[in-house]
Amino acid sequence: MAQEYKLILKHADEPGYTPDMECYLRHGGYQALKKALALPVKDLPDGKKLSGPEQIREDVKVSGLRGRGGAGFSCGLKWSFVDRKSGKPIYLICNADESEPGTFKDRQIIHKDPHQLIEGMIISCFANDVKLAYIYIRGEMPEGARILNQALKEARAKNFLGKNILGTGYDLEMHVHRGAGAYICGEETGLIESLEGKRPYPRIKPPYFPAILGLWMCPTIVNNVETLCNVKHIVTLSGAEFAKLGTPNNTGTRIVSLSGQVKRPGYYEIEVGKATLGELINDPKFGGGLREGRRLKAIIPGGSSSKVLKAGEKFKLKKKDAEGKEILVETDVLDLPYDFDSLAQAGTMSGSSAIIVMDDSVDIVGALANLSEFYAHESCGQCTPCREGSLWMNRTLQRLTHGEGRRQDADYLGKIADNIPGGRTICAFGEACSWPVQSFLAKFKDEFVAKGAADEARRAQSISGAAAGTSVAPVAPH
Amino acid sequence: MSAAATTENKPAAPAIEKIKVKVDGREIEVPRLIADWSGKLTPTTMIQACELAKTEVPHYCWHPKLPVVGNCRMCLVEFGTPALGPDRKPVLNPDGTPKIAKSPRPAISCATPVSPGMEIYTKTPAVKQMREGVLESLLINHPLDCPICDQAGECKLQEYSVDYGQSASRFVEAKVHKPKAVDLGPRIMLDAERCILCTRCIRFTRDIAGDDALGIINRGSYNTIATFPGAPFDNNYTLNTVDVCPVGALTSKDFRFQMRAWFLKETKSVCTSCATGCNILIGSREEKIYRYTPRDNDAVNASWMCDAGRLNYKWIGRADRLQDVWVRGQKSSWPAAIRELADKLKQAPAGSVAIIASARQTNEELWLLAKLKARLGALSDAIPREGESDKLLVSADRNPNTNGARLTGICFTEMGINLVKIADGIASGKIKTLIVFGENIVKRAVAHDKLRERETISEVVDEHGITAELLGKLDALIVSDILPNETTRLAHFVLPGAAPAEKRGTFTSGKGRVQKFMKAVEAPGVARAEWEFLQELVHHVTGQNNGLTVESLFNQMAREVAAFNGLTWQALGDTGVTVQI
Amino acid sequence: MSFQATPQLEAEVNELISHYPVKRAASLMVLHAIQEQFGWISQEAVQWTAKKLDLQPINVFEILTFYPMLRQEPQGKYQIKVCRTLSCALGGAYELHHHFCAKLGLDAHKHGPQTTSDGKFTVEFVECLASCGTAPVMMVGEKFYEGVSHAKADEIMGGCK
Repeated sequence: MAQEYKLILKHADEPGYTPDMECYLRHGGYQALKKALALPVKDLPDGKKLSGPEQIREDVKVSGLRGRGGAGFSCGLKWSFVDRKSGKPIYLICNADESEPGTFKDRQIIHKDPHQLIEGMIISCFANDVKLAYIYIRGEMPEGARILNQALKEARAKNFLGKNILGTGYDLEMHVHRGAGAYICGEETGLIESLEGKRPYPRIKPPYFPAILGLWMCPTIVNNVETLCNVKHIVTLSGAEFAKLGTPNNTGTRIVSLSGQVKRPGYYEIEVGKATLGELINDPKFGGGLREGRRLKAIIPGGSSSKVLKAGEKFKLKKKDAEGKEILVETDVLDLPYDFDSLAQAGTMSGSSAIIVMDDSVDIVGALANLSEFYAHESCGQCTPCREGSLWMNRTLQRLTHGEGRRQDADYLGKIADNIPGGRTICAFGEACSWPVQSFLAKFKDEFVAKGAADEARRAQSISGAAAGTSVAPVAPH
Repeated sequence: MSAAATTENKPAAPAIEKIKVKVDGREIEVPRLIADWSGKLTPTTMIQACELAKTEVPHYCWHPKLPVVGNCRMCLVEFGTPALGPDRKPVLNPDGTPKIAKSPRPAISCATPVSPGMEIYTKTPAVKQMREGVLESLLINHPLDCPICDQAGECKLQEYSVDYGQSASRFVEAKVHKPKAVDLGPRIMLDAERCILCTRCIRFTRDIAGDDALGIINRGSYNTIATFPGAPFDNNYTLNTVDVCPVGALTSKDFRFQMRAWFLKETKSVCTSCATGCNILIGSREEKIYRYTPRDNDAVNASWMCDAGRLNYKWIGRADRLQDVWVRGQKSSWPAAIRELADKLKQAPAGSVAIIASARQTNEELWLLAKLKARLGALSDAIPREGESDKLLVSADRNPNTNGARLTGICFTEMGINLVKIADGIASGKIKTLIVFGENIVKRAVAHDKLRERETISEVVDEHGITAELLGKLDALIVSDILPNETTRLAHFVLPGAAPAEKRGTFTSGKGRVQKFMKAVEAPGVARAEWEFLQELVHHVTGQNNGLTVESLFNQMAREVAAFNGLTWQALGDTGVTVQI
Repeated sequence: MSFQATPQLEAEVNELISHYPVKRAASLMVLHAIQEQFGWISQEAVQWTAKKLDLQPINVFEILTFYPMLRQEPQGKYQIKVCRTLSCALGGAYELHHHFCAKLGLDAHKHGPQTTSDGKFTVEFVECLASCGTAPVMMVGEKFYEGVSHAKADEIMGGCK
């Protein structure tokens, strides 16, 4: 039976656990940092020597840790791309711009256990020879920024930060940088531009890969809050032990944000892949199922940008049979293990591990219109397909939800959406804004067509044709 | 502030390695590195490789002289690279050719470097579809007001619509409305609805002109080009943003609503407002000039010119232009005047004639004047014209042909040094005849005694003692000019000349670039190119050849003037040749 | 009206600038600091910021106009920001926003922030506030509220003196 596994959130919700240094130290805080700083040089069989930082980097690779921000990219590999020969300083930025609709996991860490993040960051900085790091926190979390600043102050006072950290000769400074209401700052190069004091326009890659030409054109690592916390645990446990958590290629734990129409919305930390979508939604330990009398309609499995899943959908999942041969197993949407690879096989993604559940009371057209409004508002407007397409889709969907639909709007909308993703845009926002549209249309097309047809019929009947246009919530009145 | 990219006086670059790529199946060799907008060698990009392969890749934001931003997405192409096996060695096809792994995602050709063996596909259905998609996106909120848009006829939206556009729009939503007829600065208007946000204007003014005055405000679909409120866009290079604007968003206040671009005849010419010699196109219709625009010349002005030079054309069409030949206050004719002048000069005792030429005259004209000077033993000089230089294009020397005057022997290195001697000669009665070309010398004259109080020669180059009173002592004052002025009014002989836009010729720039310019419009009345009537005069005075074309004249000058040896009119090409100065 | 920075703001801004090897990077934090003190960011404040950071005013203006949290005009004493995005919408955010607007005499269908005529409240929809599990959520100024029922909303408004 699936259950919670609390690694990152081990202490955060314990009664009496506070975000201050003393509490963190009482719970074994900064021991991993001390261990990391004290790692002796390791002699390899081939005569090579591995420094402490190199050992940590190696261990992060061994751990199989994948980024918790959304893309699920190997953290060890990301660190290995860093240009360490440029002679320029290397920067590390913690991406705490948690903005993917549906996601509220980093908020828990920042508010309840800020020192865990800071410890993870210091270790990551040490491992990568970083002397200056930033925490880019979204502007809408002023309390989180205050808590982090306080924690940094405490860490400086204990000499976990600053000059000659714990007498090791290692110097590191760290600052909090606040955003001001822009989803695009979650994109790592947009974030870098924002931090530099410019409009957060994502950079073109090539040539501006952060690992080579990042912050101030220096090699830069941008990692998510939860990812950096995991680094602490990798040091504590060792990479090999960490890799035993979760499932192969989907190691460790993930904090799943569960919201929408379930009885028990909230955040649940699980071993990656050790719970299914169905368990997360229906198990009394997790979502506790849907409200009385309601049936599941749709699941957005990995933050609003992930492609929607429809209740009852079946997928062919690759599995290994008893003899180790790869076979395809038909799997219901609710039986999809919640991990990176299974959801990818189901044509979507676990993204920021945020599940939004929609029951049969939801007006699917309205739900998409809601998301579309978000993306139209958040497109930075730098490149053509996204700037124009995001608003075009939104205007169409607002028209459709305000009684001015047409039967052909489903096809019309699909064609607009098809012009945005697939590498046509500078950053993944192009995919983020078009995937919901493409997937909602693919799976619920009849509802879009029906909506347009109903509008057409009503307009034909009524000479005045004035359908009441108001802002529409994507859900039927309770 | 970065200077414009030029190749002026650069040492020969070291040989650059070549790599082979295929563009739509055609193999070509391209250099591994190419100079970027700032002149720095950077990896050759796909769009540059395509350009070398003569394959056009449509684009809006990319401009060879500006930093790459990759925002318009019009230049997306498909591509593939040689596949590598697990051993990192190329995988081969059965026929031994390298197997190409096609990228699943397209790439912007403006920012993606080429690599050996890369194959670029610009004509696939997917590429066409992407271009159509981008173009459609750019057009949905565009006002489509082409009938009244100044850019019509030279608009990239129009141009690519022919290739990638739809005959009917499927867009049925309300368009986004943005500010129109925004007064961005003294010379520039913005129509934000026409703008496609390519940011060429921002990059130009920030990275080339060094005036970080433009930006994008607001967000997403509401993004708008703007200045900071109350801070007008006003530097000496603003009009270049109109040139780089691929659509009709930025328009020149001077040119807007004046003439449809397609009616303009474009004539290759050179700006005469300073010694830099920016290459220009003169846009004219029916003997009227409507605009100057910069013409690419990497050795001189890259793709730019200053606003002051660009707008310095209106005097050409002035109603009070000198249009007749005048002899002692009476209208005359060219044959009569030239005959009388020739007779007079032939009989003039050596040293009794002085010549004040203008460094705004062409090399050929100055050379002809130098011939007269030699024959008459005349003192000669030209009038220096100084101003402030800037870091981009404007030269402190506001004469377009100072070096021409020097190289032909009209003046010394220090121009104006002979003016005192000429004034003295007139005062003493030794100089009886003064020939003045294109300079209102009286304008800058100060009384003789005051001039003597100045301590050094260098302070007087702008001023001289040749006053109206002094000119009264001459037996003959022969003046050629374009516009009437005090000097022409005092003249015994007035010979109406032609503006550079009205004739052909060459200038030698401040850096020694010999550049030719073509005739855009006819001179008014009987006004003629100075080289034409000077040639007749020289012929009558010296008996030397006559009736040459400007080409032959130039070629003959090139043979006789050391600095121009080896040049021919034809060899100058459109962008000129640099000589030792 | 020219912008007058208090010595306290000057000191705070100088401290912020010291956090970055490149002054420009402090822009966003400086704008936050100004808004915290004045409630909004005037064009004079933009010019002051630009000067402080060796920038052109347009560089700062580009940022100011990008981020919705930064305000170009004075706001109500209490700024009510109701999360609008999907999970909150499923949890009744539109009804909540409507409730505020109705109580305060504002037009729920109007886009963007609206301020009551007495200048006490500014109400607006904002995008996801990252607390989707406790929808609907909202903020008043910097204070965060979760699971806001209409009764709780009235209580919150009542607490705004």
